[in-house]
Amino acid sequence: MATVAPSGEGRPKILVFSTNNISDPGIDLAGSQHMNYSSSVKVISIPCSGGINPNWVLHALEAGFDGVFIAADGGDCAYLPDCTTRTARIAERAQGMLKERGKDPRRVKMAAICSVCSEPFVSHMRQFTEALSKL
Amino acid sequence: MSGKRIGAFICHCGGNISDYVDEEKVRAAAEKESGVAVAKTFIFSCSEAAQQEMIRTIQEEKLDGIVIASCSPKLHLTTFRAMAKRSGLNPYMYTQVNVREQCSWAHRHEREEATGKAIHLVRAGVARTRLGVPLTDLRIETTPAALVVGAGVAGMRAALALSDIGMAVYVVERAAEVGGRIPRWGRMFPNDRDGAEMIGTLLQAIRGREGITLFTDAEVVGKSGSVGDFSVVVRVRGVEEITLRIGAIVVATGFDPYPPKAGEFGYGLPGVVTLPEFRELVAGANGQIRYGDREVRNIVYVYCVGSRQAATEGHPHPNLYCSRFCCTAAVHTALLANGIDDGVNQYHLYRDMRTYGKSEILFEEAGRKGSVFVRYADDAPPVVERPDGGLLVRVRDGLLGGEEIGIPADLVVLVTGMVPRENANLVNVLKLPIDAGGFFNEIHPKLRPVETVIDGVFVAGAAQGPKTLAESVASSMAAVSKGAALLLKGYVDLPPLVAKVDTERCTWCGECEKTCPFDGAVEKVRQGEKEIACIHPALCKGCGGCVPVCPVEAIDLEGCTNAQVKAMIDALVREAV
Repeated sequence: MATVAPSGEGRPKILVFSTNNISDPGIDLAGSQHMNYSSSVKVISIPCSGGINPNWVLHALEAGFDGVFIAADGGDCAYLPDCTTRTARIAERAQGMLKERGKDPRRVKMAAICSVCSEPFVSHMRQFTEALSKL
Repeated sequence: MSGKRIGAFICHCGGNISDYVDEEKVRAAAEKESGVAVAKTFIFSCSEAAQQEMIRTIQEEKLDGIVIASCSPKLHLTTFRAMAKRSGLNPYMYTQVNVREQCSWAHRHEREEATGKAIHLVRAGVARTRLGVPLTDLRIETTPAALVVGAGVAGMRAALALSDIGMAVYVVERAAEVGGRIPRWGRMFPNDRDGAEMIGTLLQAIRGREGITLFTDAEVVGKSGSVGDFSVVVRVRGVEEITLRIGAIVVATGFDPYPPKAGEFGYGLPGVVTLPEFRELVAGANGQIRYGDREVRNIVYVYCVGSRQAATEGHPHPNLYCSRFCCTAAVHTALLANGIDDGVNQYHLYRDMRTYGKSEILFEEAGRKGSVFVRYADDAPPVVERPDGGLLVRVRDGLLGGEEIGIPADLVVLVTGMVPRENANLVNVLKLPIDAGGFFNEIHPKLRPVETVIDGVFVAGAAQGPKTLAESVASSMAAVSKGAALLLKGYVDLPPLVAKVDTERCTWCGECEKTCPFDGAVEKVRQGEKEIACIHPALCKGCGGCVPVCPVEAIDLEGCTNAQVKAMIDALVREAV
């Protein structure tokens, strides 16, 4: 079903912050189902998306990533009942920091990825890859 | 440089990784990373032989950190942590890098790119280990006593089972009487045991146990401490407060029957009752079912009331779930009605008959005894009216091509589902997460079905979601075994991946305390001249929610420190050689 993402050099480099128990299993599932997405997508997994430091997002974009995708826990978070609100606030703060530095806030994207959300993840990666190519 | 000696072990996973990734290239690149003393490949790193060789390598090379690039940590993080421990290495000096699910399997048609990505991922793993510090599990001694909240069947069975194991047990029941919902329901499926009799037997057993203390008309109003050593405050009869020291808590607070809204399927009209109301009527019947001063001949059951709802104006927050017990309960009640008066006519208006498992036999039997089953479509619910003194139910019968039929009824029984019990105070005291339907949430529905994110607090019975009585007791026994496993061991080791405060940087602004939802985890303390935040390792859940709110980056989550994450980011973008 999935088509191969545009290959070769120059593909936008995407850093994904995922979470150990919710979104990472969803991303694992995409691989287990042999769905393709750009190999320029790289994942750092942490316990909870409510714990992402906006400075990390800024650091990633300054270090050479073209976009940062926050694969949020959504309503499934086992730690924080208001995880979605918190994560959204973190994404907004990161976007604000980008704007201050004259960078495009669209380089930060957030969506909830659940533990079986393989298709949504792959489709987000495809869309984000495309969107970043146009920036 | 940190001077660490790190081992990088690259797994072929049979061919699951090596078919799509050039492992030798990854190994060679890893070997060049600063701090890496040795890099090896393995056909199956999880095999016993490979683990033995890794242990030998760790010991011979005097490694103080390792990175294993293999499958998802979900599979083998604990395997390799245990291996590290056997080798004498601190288990938290190990980083697992996922080059299978998140690399080889996802990029099967791009060997070169997949290899480049694997190199980056390994480098990030090395960066994380390089900045890692050896950590020790937090050991806490446990108190061999348990608290059971709720004295319905699930709670009472839990109390007896915990007492069997040798725990001291305190049972706290909010109502004046024990038993919850079932004492008034008469004989219940599947074996026709009488609810009141069952509760009577359980209560007698509880009274006979020295180790069980039962408080009725009592509420849990305070909780402090952490897994294995909680202190809870129980308010009895609204005044007297008692403090109990316990190691684990089983929450078995049950459910409320769905309360239909006025007018919902005619609710409010004389002769329209809920299933629990009808159960009481049947339980009290003597040779004849009577409603008010009238004999009941025609009974119409409307199924799925309060369950599997669609969002409408009347139900802006619909109950999306199935309540599981109600199809069987209604069919069983119909059989009881047949037993009292074999002349009753019973019509069951259902959406999908979910008399699953052995209950299917009851459904068959009800049909044989004369019950008529009419299936209605989700978008064409039955209409209950009272046109001229008598009740009339209009429904479109799916089997008759949607033709509308009218059934005159003496009694309409709304087969109501379960809703979460109103428990705002308890939720607030225990800080238990609730799901979208309002029931208590377990950590994992399949793998950790009775544990909650609050270590040492377990959920049992219908408080967690709709259940039959048998399922309720089964989950209660599961909660008991998890609780007792914790307490019998005498201690609990907590993973040390919690937040810590850099006492030099912290200037106490209070943001971390404000953001932390876990009672008592963050505290203001005085250190010399200044005030700083102190995070209690046993109370911190390790979510890291305080990390982004700290304005001076004085808080780090062990295992994912600010420095580690930034170093990983750098390693992930550094050009591959």
